Amino acid sequence: MAKLLFIQSKAPHGSLFGQEGLDAILMGTAFAECNVLLVEDGIYQVLKAQDTRELGTKDYSVTYKALPDYGVSTIYCSERHLLARGLTPDDLVVPVEPLGNDAIKQLMADHTAILGF
Amino acid sequence: MKFGIVVHGAPYSSESSHSALHFAQAVIDTGHEIHRVFFYHDGVYNGSGLMAPPQDEWDLGARWATLAREHGTDLVVCVASSLRRGMLDSTEADRYEKPAASLAPDFTVSGLGQLIDTAINADRLVTFGA
Amino acid sequence: MILHTVNKSPTQHRGLATCLEFVSPGDAIVLLEDGVYAAVTAIEGLPAGTQVYAVRADIDARGLADRVAKSVLVIDYAGFVALCIRFSLFRNWS
Repeated sequence: MAKLLFIQSKAPHGSLFGQEGLDAILMGTAFAECNVLLVEDGIYQVLKAQDTRELGTKDYSVTYKALPDYGVSTIYCSERHLLARGLTPDDLVVPVEPLGNDAIKQLMADHTAILGF
Repeated sequence: MKFGIVVHGAPYSSESSHSALHFAQAVIDTGHEIHRVFFYHDGVYNGSGLMAPPQDEWDLGARWATLAREHGTDLVVCVASSLRRGMLDSTEADRYEKPAASLAPDFTVSGLGQLIDTAINADRLVTFGA
Repeated sequence: MILHTVNKSPTQHRGLATCLEFVSPGDAIVLLEDGVYAAVTAIEGLPAGTQVYAVRADIDARGLADRVAKSVLVIDYAGFVALCIRFSLFRNWS
């Protein structure tokens, strides 16, 4: 049984990686068991209070809230990278499970393919 | 072994196309199979039928075409990424009433389902990031 | 076991640093493109049994052939394919 890990590592709005990565996650959930891991600036994709009205890019942080409806019950993030950015889980629009490095290594190894954005 | 290759970078602006082409050729030369090359993000620009590089530089478009024509390699650009970036086949150009198509004939436009299919059904999924 | 790739220079980009956080014993790292600039020094803090490779075409293009650290193995693309076969998972840190 395929088990796909999607790793988001880029900040929103400065590039399209996060938004297009999320599109891939949503498609993946239709075909396989999927997990999502936010690392480095990928964590900023789910920061609260993003207001893109003047900039004109898409606020897709809200789409992360729908992931449980697609079968992604847990959004994982790097605990170190969250703290390095001065953030706590309360700063994010969705519940996340912060993981230490050893747990992330195990998470990666537990999948059949890794898709990174 | 069947390889899925994902390309995220635009030709020339990023080295990912060069690397992916080297890798794809090595897969074939070592007797393995390419399940699909899936172009995503700026990688869809590799599908341009309008690239005219200087003669002393690699013609990346021609090299992708050679893979498709000599080895039957499936070259797929993601439809959503392509539309945003103006990589349109003639059907999409008509649909969106654009003055021209831009996609090279050896590429096909398809959805993200093909990326997921590659991730599930290839033995190895190798990504060349931007 | 995971094959990690790094395609950006460590002095310009965090790809290698992030990769090193998530490398397990017995994994391998392939440096390619600008990532080969990391091949000139032995990478510190690698877990046991983690070999670092660098793609020859990228090393040669950048004039690094005489500067590669002894601990780094230079490979061609056939070698890169062979590594992908040996390791069941692939992760690019780009």
